Amino acid sequence: MRTFRIGGVHPHDNKQYAAHQPIVECALPKQAIVPLAQHIGAPAQPVVAVGAKVKVGELIAKAGGFVSANVHAPVSGTVTKIDAITDSWGGNMPAIFIDVEGDEWLPTIDKTPNVVRECNLEPKQIIDKIADAGIVGLGGACFPTHVKLLPPPGKKAEVLIVNGVECEPYLTCDHQLMLEHGEEILIGIQLLMKALNVRHAIIGIENNKPDAIKRMQELASRALGVEVMPLKLRYPQGGEKQLIDACIGRQVPSGALPIEVGAVVDNVATIYAIYEAVMKNKPLISRVMTITGKDFKKSGNYLVRFGTPLQEVVDALGGVPEGTGKVIGGGPMMGRAMSHLDMPAHKRTSGLLFMPEAESQRPEEDNCIRCAKCVQACPMGLEPYLLSKLANLERWEDMEKHDVMDCIDCGCCVFTCPSHRRLLDGIRAGKGKVGAMIRARQAEQKK
Amino acid sequence: MAKQLIVSPAPHAHSGDSVRKNMLNVIIALVPAFLVSLYAFGWGALMVTATSVAACVLFEWLIAKYIMKQQPTICDLSAVLTGLLLAFNLPSNLPLWIVIVGSLVAIGVGKMTFGGLGQNPFNPALVGRVFLLISFPVQMTTWPRPLGFHSAMPFVDAETGATPLAAMKEAIKAGDASLLDKLPDLWDMTLGMMGGSLGEISACALILGGIYLLCTKTITWHIPVSILCTVAIVSGIFYLTIPGAAAPQYHLLTGGLLLGAIFMATDYVTSPMSAWGQIIYGIGIGVIVVVIRTWGAYPEGMSFAILIMNAVTPLLNMYIRPKRFGEKKKA
Repeated sequence: MRTFRIGGVHPHDNKQYAAHQPIVECALPKQAIVPLAQHIGAPAQPVVAVGAKVKVGELIAKAGGFVSANVHAPVSGTVTKIDAITDSWGGNMPAIFIDVEGDEWLPTIDKTPNVVRECNLEPKQIIDKIADAGIVGLGGACFPTHVKLLPPPGKKAEVLIVNGVECEPYLTCDHQLMLEHGEEILIGIQLLMKALNVRHAIIGIENNKPDAIKRMQELASRALGVEVMPLKLRYPQGGEKQLIDACIGRQVPSGALPIEVGAVVDNVATIYAIYEAVMKNKPLISRVMTITGKDFKKSGNYLVRFGTPLQEVVDALGGVPEGTGKVIGGGPMMGRAMSHLDMPAHKRTSGLLFMPEAESQRPEEDNCIRCAKCVQACPMGLEPYLLSKLANLERWEDMEKHDVMDCIDCGCCVFTCPSHRRLLDGIRAGKGKVGAMIRARQAEQKK
Repeated sequence: MAKQLIVSPAPHAHSGDSVRKNMLNVIIALVPAFLVSLYAFGWGALMVTATSVAACVLFEWLIAKYIMKQQPTICDLSAVLTGLLLAFNLPSNLPLWIVIVGSLVAIGVGKMTFGGLGQNPFNPALVGRVFLLISFPVQMTTWPRPLGFHSAMPFVDAETGATPLAAMKEAIKAGDASLLDKLPDLWDMTLGMMGGSLGEISACALILGGIYLLCTKTITWHIPVSILCTVAIVSGIFYLTIPGAAAPQYHLLTGGLLLGAIFMATDYVTSPMSAWGQIIYGIGIGVIVVVIRTWGAYPEGMSFAILIMNAVTPLLNMYIRPKRFGEKKKA
């Protein structure tokens, strides 16, 4: 069985809490707060004014640039306010506040559960529909999907790689989506193959999800050029570069995009959204998120409309469990600890994880014993111990020489360190500094 | 919000590994060799080991608390391990005061002067051992013959004899292969019925410990395998070309080679970080040890070989980088 070639760790997957829980739709909030920066790139620009009546699926903010994404009304009602909010990670972003009135959808949207298979659209039309629907990568990075589908001149996509890996522990939303909506995902894959003009698609799924592998294999056997590739369980296999290496054995060069090796990668949740956008005219207004934790009674997979305050979602499910020390947005390896739950669900919230108090504190650091476990674990072949030391000395130039910008933030080094060293803290700081240095240099060159 | 949530950067999960667990794994892996030495050398082995461990822990605690004014970290078991490894490199009939001096040098000079755990450039146990070897050459090279638990009384060297390595040295000096007939048979050497330092005699027990370390992922194969292969190849070439040189199997089974390759050279702190760095380090040790055994002044070269390569480790870390993902840079 295939996997990526460098580094990696084996965290306990802890998926037993939420696995195989059917997707349940959450109640609508009284007021939806829809952030305008739910993606990487420029925030979207509002196209509705305060007082406007909106229906579900109506465009409320237009992409603010090429790398940006449209935002649609996830609820119907009246726009009451356009104001800045602070999310649970301290970031400020503009948001549109909508007082919810009923649940009235745009008539063009097909709300039925019927699977639509026929598609006569041209590749260009498919990509336009994806862009219009505001679809971004739902695997975590939230990179606007249409940008990926338009390769730079001279580059040609050869293979579509579908990310069904879900290597983050605890999270099960992609798994459940494959089980419940495998057919739609397969149609979405075929749409993307058409849009990209590729004949080969590979669905990568880790072998801790045998039922999803089986289901997708059954479906793929009926489709031309689509192949399911079971992958050996190993974190961070869902990382774009690692997945490409695992599936087709090519390594994306440092600083380059997957298209450099002829690959385009999309997550299964993104592909499901693409299916809904293209075949059902439904823009991206909701997502499946895993809400889970060792002590959380109602661990499961929930379909949440964007803009729903997470506190409301959690309260409806019995509230934050007793003895919770930390709430993480996303999984335990790359997710971010939240200071509060007063923020709305949006395109980026793939999960909520409640960690018991005992697991929440970072242990004291010991001296580095130079055991090289971080070097063995790093999937990018870097030297975390060295980078962290250089960061403490503020030797940013040296960090650049040692390829700090290749770091993908996966956390393998910290996970594996027997001395509990907080290697990634310094490395992240270094990435910020070195990134700024590189941008300054580029600006200098342009002058 | 009523309750404050804890906020810290990702990742929020940990493998559960710790310095203590790793040290404990190495200590467990040393148990079979220790049992063989108890059987072979009796109470002497026990006394030397207990003294060495106790002295190392005590010195670390005293130095950390009263000289460095730090919270002592003896609970991480690294001092226990240093004490064990030092004892394993000493003859079982060594006077206990010499053992204590060795422990002081190992912990005091070898480890704490550089700042304690993780800071030392040289393997502390070997620093202690080599200090003793140079300072007390007679005591350090007089080994009791293994007699078994029943007959060996504490510190009564009923019979002392040259180790196989000394015999090998004699043979190569004389250029006379017939002197090699004095060597114990391979079976005795594998089980541990030969003269030598306390923990080095039984190849079987050491390999068992090595397998445990590999299975628990405490060490990787790179260092031991590269040392053993290099020693086999280099001593093989010498065996074929130099009269009186011993066959590779004698090199591999004697003189702490396995103890060094599996337990001493793999010391985290003093070995290189990258896989290729570790392989080159292992090859270096392998070459140096056979060269010392063949032409050097001492019959045994493992301690020196490891210490020399310890000194090269920072260079290897600087120049031998791990293979980066997608090495080719974007044009």
